[in-house]
Order: sequence, then C-alpha cells, then structure tokens
Amino acid sequence: MNKNIVAAAASLLLGAGGIALAQDASVEDSIAAYREMLADDNPAELWEIKGREFWSKKRGPKNASLEACNLGLGSGMVKGAFAQLPRYFADAGRVQDLEMRLVSCMIDLQGLSRAEAEKNHFSTDNDASDIEALVAWIASESKGAVIAVPQTHPKEKEAYAIGEKLFHFRTGPYDFACSTCHSTSGTRIRLQVLPNLTEPAEAKPIFATWPAYRVSQGTVRSMENRITDCLRQQRMPLADYGADVITDLTVYMGVQAAGGQMAAPGLKR
Amino acid sequence: MNPIRITLAALAIICCAAGCVAPQTGSEPASIDAKAAAALSSSFTSASPEWQQRLVQDEVQKQCSAARGKLTGDLASAIVQSQQATLKYPEGGLMGDWKSGEKVAQSGVGLQFSDKPGTVPGGNCYACHQISKAEIAHGTIGPSLLGYGKLRGQSEAMQKYTYGKIYNAQAYMPCSLMPRFGHKGILNEQQMKDLTALLLDPASPVNQ
Ligand code: HEC
Ligand code: HEC
Repeated sequence: MNKNIVAAAASLLLGAGGIALAQDASVEDSIAAYREMLADDNPAELWEIKGREFWSKKRGPKNASLEACNLGLGSGMVKGAFAQLPRYFADAGRVQDLEMRLVSCMIDLQGLSRAEAEKNHFSTDNDASDIEALVAWIASESKGAVIAVPQTHPKEKEAYAIGEKLFHFRTGPYDFACSTCHSTSGTRIRLQVLPNLTEPAEAKPIFATWPAYRVSQGTVRSMENRITDCLRQQRMPLADYGADVITDLTVYMGVQAAGGQMAAPGLKR
Repeated sequence: MNPIRITLAALAIICCAAGCVAPQTGSEPASIDAKAAAALSSSFTSASPEWQQRLVQDEVQKQCSAARGKLTGDLASAIVQSQQATLKYPEGGLMGDWKSGEKVAQSGVGLQFSDKPGTVPGGNCYACHQISKAEIAHGTIGPSLLGYGKLRGQSEAMQKYTYGKIYNAQAYMPCSLMPRFGHKGILNEQQMKDLTALLLDPASPVNQ
C-alpha cells in the first residue's frame, strides 16, 4: 500500500473543491485514472485484514467469536453470503442487512448488549469501527458472486415493495425523494455524477461496490452509512442505525441490481 | 368518502395490524402505503417532534410521489392552480442585488441535521443549474440558466415569472424537481429578490 499515491491522488481529486477542473470530461477522466492507479491497491484491504481478525476474536460475556454466525447460508458460511443480503432471518423475525445481522450475532453469540454491539458503527476521526472492518472483509468474501437478494419470503417481498415506495417518497422542506437525484441517467449534482438506481444496468455496478473505501473520508463506509448520508442531503432527520427505511431501500436497490457481480469493497470519492 | 371505501380502508388497517400479507387486489397498494408510513415513523426515533414533521407529506408531495413525478391532465392543472395561489410578491420591486444573489446561489448549507443551529439556508442553485460561465462545478438536474436575462429581457412580467418560479416552481411545472423555496420558507424575500437580479440584471455575469 503506497500511502503517498493515495494522498496525492486524493488531493488531486478533492483539491480546490474540484473547481479547477476544466471540463466534465476531465473530471470523469481524473476519477477513472485514480481508480486505475489504485485498482490492485484499494486501501480497504487494511480493513479486510482487521475484519478477518475480529471475526475470529473471542469477546463479550460469553467469550465467543463470531465464527458461528449465520449470515444466511448457514452457520459460519461467509463465502458468497453478502451477495444474498439483506434477507429474512427467522430467528430475528425480520429482514436484516449485513450490519444488523452482525449486531444480532454479537448479541446472541457473544452476549453483548445492543448498545455495545452497535458502538462506533460509523467510525469517526477518534474511534475506529469494528463493524466497518467486518463489513469490508465479509463483502470481500463475495467478490465475483452474483447479486441475488432473495425475494421468496413474504417479508422480503414486502421490504422490496416498501423500499420502492420510499425511493419515490417526496417529503421534507425540499420535496426531495431518492428519485429526485437517482432516477434520471447522466445528471450531476455539482460535479458528482448521479447513478440512475431505477435502471438495473446502472444499479448493478453501484450495489456491487458497497461497502467502499471513501477517499474523501479516509475510511471504509457501509451501505447504511451511504443511505444515512443521502437522507441527510434529502433534509431528513438522522436515521437510526438499522432503521427499517434503510433495510427496505437496500432491498429495493439490491433487487434492482440482481444479476450484477459483487466487487466490494469499492473505491469511491 | 363512500361506505365501501371506508370498509376497505378499515380492512387494510386490520390486516396490517395482524401482520398478514394483503392479497393481490386493489387494497394492496394502500396497505404498502400504510407500511411505508409506519417504516418512516419508526426509523428516526431520535428526531424531535418538529423534525418528525418532515416525514409527513403535504398534498402535492403525496400526489407527485404516487404519480412517480409524471402527473398529467386535471391533476396536473389542479396542482398548478393550488400552487399559483401560494405566490406572494414583495412590495416595491422584485430586483435585488445580483452580487448577493450569486452568494445565495452558491450556498448549499441549511436545513440539514448536520448544520449548526441558526445557519441561514442558501439556495444551492448551482447544485442543479449552470448559471454563470465562471462556475463550472454546476449540476445538470435543471436546465442551464446561462444567458437567462439576455435571452428573455427584464420586463415586469419576466421579473414576476422569475421571482414566482423561485418562490414556488410548481406554480408553473407540477411535480418539478426544484424545491419550492418561498412556499416552504427556505429562502427569505431579500434572498429571492437577489436571485431574481442574478438571473435578470444586465450587469450580472449570467448575462455577459
Ligand atoms: C439531493 C440529491 C440526493 C438525494 C435526494 C439522494 N441522493 Fe444518493 N447520492 C447523491 C450524491 C451527490 C451522491 C454521491 C455521488 C458521488 O459521490 O459521486 C449519492 C450517492 C448515492 C449512492 C452511491 C452511488 C455510488 O456512486 O456508489 C447510493 C447507493 C445512493 N446515493 C442512494 C440514495 C438513496 C437510497 C436515496 C434516498 C434515501 C438517495 N440516495 C437520495 C445525491 C442524492
Ligand atoms: C434539485 C434541483 C434544483 C435546484 C436546487 C434548483 N432548481 Fe431550478 N429547476 C430545476 C428543474 C428540474 C427545472 C426545470 C423544471 C421546472 O421548470 O420546474 C428548474 C427550472 C428553473 C427555472 C425556470 C427555467 C426556465 O427556463 O423558465 C428557473 C428560473 C430556476 N430553475 C431557478 C432556480 C434558482 C434561482 C435556484 C436556486 C434558488 C434553483 N433553480 C434551484 C431544478 C432545480
């Protein structure tokens, strides 16, 4: 990992708020060039290594690891599991995304309280996040797997239907919905290209690349974090961690992306 | 409401409460609506009652969401009519100072939970529009406004349209993606006058 390359590219990308960049094409080019430069060298690898360690580390009152956690394909089965999340878990009685599943396993297997399990779920400058590391590793174990967010249990179908509704739900002082910014192809907010997530061809490569190492934040961020931040831009209140709306929207986007090929952790602005 | 619809609505509510799955009939969309509303109201538990208000749609938001933004016919004209009725114009001229208008157009802060209390919201017009040549970091959700006043002139009617458009975009275009800056209390009168000048004043960089 060459930290200098990362830092140089980051300042190139983010310097002067992108204002010095001459044309749309050159903006796109510089992002593409940056991705290429780091293609085999995603800083997320450091998070993956930590996540692998956390998975096997014994902790909590039950002094247990997470290795028996059932991510949907059976106890301890990690390979390919993330490509089929969120899904319905009978023991939880609800549809869960990877992060909520991990929290359940920390509570059930390790005996942690919910507050302990969810602690630092989004890292800050001062506090690293175990969950961001776990998510990076578990996602990496699905690289190449076909996205197949299940739609068999009635609760899974319902989550999709609600997620689709919420995606188009205009509200708040700005009348914004997800669809305001993500249902037309080829548009931008300032210089940021907006994927049309109602279009499977555009949803696939996006869903495939979360969680992602975010250059502007210097850390791996999860899909929960991405949606929470878009809800903020939508002028909604701060969403609870694991909020129903986040799970439902993730199911909607995942089903839109069916058939895509997982390539997370991604690398993003 | 007629009695049959009331019964259906009541059934849908009972059905949801029992957690059962609604059959694939006309009542299904209504129950998904109710479940989406329930998901919203359970998802932001740390929000104050004032912020919780943001989760509740007004009539226009409701109709535009249901129509996926593509309202036509009578429903569309009804929105234009109801939104026209919201327009309020200040006394004594609609043209402010374009230099202040440029600052309002640039500023994207305000009304986010991450903002410091007391932050004066900006218009964030550049997020969606090209406006002046100098600012190349502009979005493309809305049309380019470069040369706006040069092309259309500064007549009183043009000033009224421009101020009104900023005040409530849906008074002219139902289900527009553009926020209703005056109607929703995002911008104040002076800010909207300054923006009107930014777009129309012959001295503004927009019209060079
Ligand atoms: C006001 C505009 C706006 C709204 C509303 C909005 N987003 Fe976003 N979204 C953005 C921007 C800007 C980005 C970042 C693009 C970038 O960094 O290149 C983004 C990025 C994303 C991404 C990641 C895209 C990628 O390149 O990997 C996802 C997924 C997403 N949004 C989902 C949503 C969902 C779900 C909602 C509704 C809860 C939503 N957004 C609402 C503006 C918006
Ligand atoms: C979320 C994106 C968005 C933002 C933010 C936004 N607009 Fe718009 N605007 C649009 C869209 C989309 C249209 C075209 C549809 C319509 O006419 O409503 C538009 C149309 C307009 C028009 C009419 C253009 C014409 O040809 O008649 C004007 C004037 C305008 N916007 C000014 C502004 C100003 C000033 C601001 C900042 C206060 C602003 N807009 C902020 C999206 C936006």
